[in-house]
Amino acid sequence: MAVAGAGVSASELTLVGLSHHVAPVELRERVVLGLDEAAEFARALAPAVCLSTCNRTELYLAGDREDSAAAALTELAGESLDSVLYRLHDDDAALHLFRVAAGLDSLVPGEGEILGQVRGAYEAVERDRLLDRVFRQAIALGKRVRSETAIGESPASVSSAAAALAAQVFGELEGRRVLLIGAGRIGELAASNLASRGAAIAYVANRSPDAARGLAGRFGGTGVSLDALSTALADVDVVVSSTGAPGFVLHASDVPARRHHPLFFIDIAVPRDLDPDVARLDGCFLYDIDDLEAVVAETLAGRRVEAERAEVLALEEVQRFRLWRASLDVVPAIASLRAHAEEIRANELAKLEGRVSDDERAHLESVTLQILNKLLHLPTVRMKEAAATADGTAYADAVRHLFGLEERER
Amino acid sequence: MVEVLFWPALIGYGEAAFAYASPRTSRLATWGVRLGWLAQTALLVVQAERSGGFPWATFAGSLNLFVWLVVSTYLIWGCRPRFRLLGLAVMPPVVLLFVVARLGGGTASEAGSRYPNLFLVLHVGLVLAAFAGFTLAAGLAGLYLWEERRLKLRATDILRLRLPPLQSLERLTQRAIVVSLPLLTLGLAAGIVRLRQQDDPTDPLEWLTIATWLLYGGFLVARPSGRRAAYLAIGGFALIVVSRLALAGGHFT
Repeated sequence: MAVAGAGVSASELTLVGLSHHVAPVELRERVVLGLDEAAEFARALAPAVCLSTCNRTELYLAGDREDSAAAALTELAGESLDSVLYRLHDDDAALHLFRVAAGLDSLVPGEGEILGQVRGAYEAVERDRLLDRVFRQAIALGKRVRSETAIGESPASVSSAAAALAAQVFGELEGRRVLLIGAGRIGELAASNLASRGAAIAYVANRSPDAARGLAGRFGGTGVSLDALSTALADVDVVVSSTGAPGFVLHASDVPARRHHPLFFIDIAVPRDLDPDVARLDGCFLYDIDDLEAVVAETLAGRRVEAERAEVLALEEVQRFRLWRASLDVVPAIASLRAHAEEIRANELAKLEGRVSDDERAHLESVTLQILNKLLHLPTVRMKEAAATADGTAYADAVRHLFGLEERER
Repeated sequence: MVEVLFWPALIGYGEAAFAYASPRTSRLATWGVRLGWLAQTALLVVQAERSGGFPWATFAGSLNLFVWLVVSTYLIWGCRPRFRLLGLAVMPPVVLLFVVARLGGGTASEAGSRYPNLFLVLHVGLVLAAFAGFTLAAGLAGLYLWEERRLKLRATDILRLRLPPLQSLERLTQRAIVVSLPLLTLGLAAGIVRLRQQDDPTDPLEWLTIATWLLYGGFLVARPSGRRAAYLAIGGFALIVVSRLALAGGHFT
């Protein structure tokens, strides 16, 4: 088992870092590192893993090297970080990592990007057994949370809610055609969300044909004027509207009557662009900005409920980590105690060389072995039982101290 | 003895009927359907073996077989987490019909087959299989209408319910009808051949079944979409319910 340095317990986990919860962006941007830079930063403190994103930079180290890590981060920032750094150890550090990987520490609970970032940080460096174990558990927990809870499924923004609602009508959005009315930023964001799910931005309609063509060109669509809306409507599945017009740009009478497929309208303009009577038409669905925000509020509430389930999973994972860590200390201590006892027995038996017969020696070996086994049986059993509790390490340390095993293990 | 198999099937179906009410227990519900179906399959096998032929000759017996066919169709088409509400629509009536079958003696073993004629066996088996498919189509159509209404009303919990997409429901409804109509066609044909053999006149149930066939045939020709398709699928199912419950008495004597 690789260790950080002489005299350092290889089962101690240390975390030093800062995140969006306390540190303002002006400080966070001083310590944000790309994947390769973070790996290099971690190697200087090996064995360590550095997780650096726009919302956090954290150092996970094997061994109690809190001061080294804090000093390294302070040097990187170029100013004191005392007011924003958090320092956690052992189970607390593991729980923090598990919660981060599960998306529970993110700005939006359950966001999925962080799991990939944790994996990237883990794979970028050589790790010792402790860091390897805690990060593998964290990544497995992240996957488990996302498959066993719905924490990451619900949309957390208006544009992603619009895309999710469209998918509720059509299923896969791959190949679905979108008409974007208005060439503004918000509409473009909603359209981008749809495009990221496989929808095709077929038309962009705007009062200014040049603006329409410009935006349409970015998505591979066709720019049209507002006069051509009825024609475009016959050829699309989803309509996203976000103009600055003072009144309706689309009325219910503009929607083609004979259609064999649904039409999903998203109106994120204020004042509204789309006549509310569109919603009454057969096969037409209309969501305005208030409706979308209400859906987002509902799904965020659902995410919080799912987050509670995820927290339970994280605590279970910490328990598993604690048991494993305790076994790291207990098992070697038991082995060391037995070896020490056997060494004493062997030395004492050696003193009888030439003074007893072979039969007597064999008998003495058997008796002394039985005495040794009986003496060590109960302590061994109890130490193994203690390995399953928080006292395992304490028992191991006590045994090492009482029997003077520290020198032996060095 | 064979009736002992009725109880685990009923427990499985009954558990599913309740467990589908909550997303947290829907996986448990699916297992209830599977285990109940296995128990009922064993029941049917034992019935067939003991009767030496086709033991589902009576109205209650045919209900027993019909329940098994509906659950089989459901297991193929709809036994997935996103179709939890379909399970909630299908399983309670399944439980009810299964209990009715039991009360009518439809789950007991019979000494001999009342349908020695192959064409009658084919007629009953194929028509019931088709009706099971149409039943599931109606369930899917009902779910479509319910979800469509919630989307129209802009219900805020629509995403949290994790329902299947509307177009998936529409597609599955059509598929269930496409698969079931040929079965009904063959079943009707077998029935007509049997009638000709026996010189029996066509009774009202058979005319109603032909009307059902025409309705679903029209569905496949016209290929309606959206709400119209859902209403047609449910209308066809209503015809089946009427024919099975109101007119079956005369047909099975």
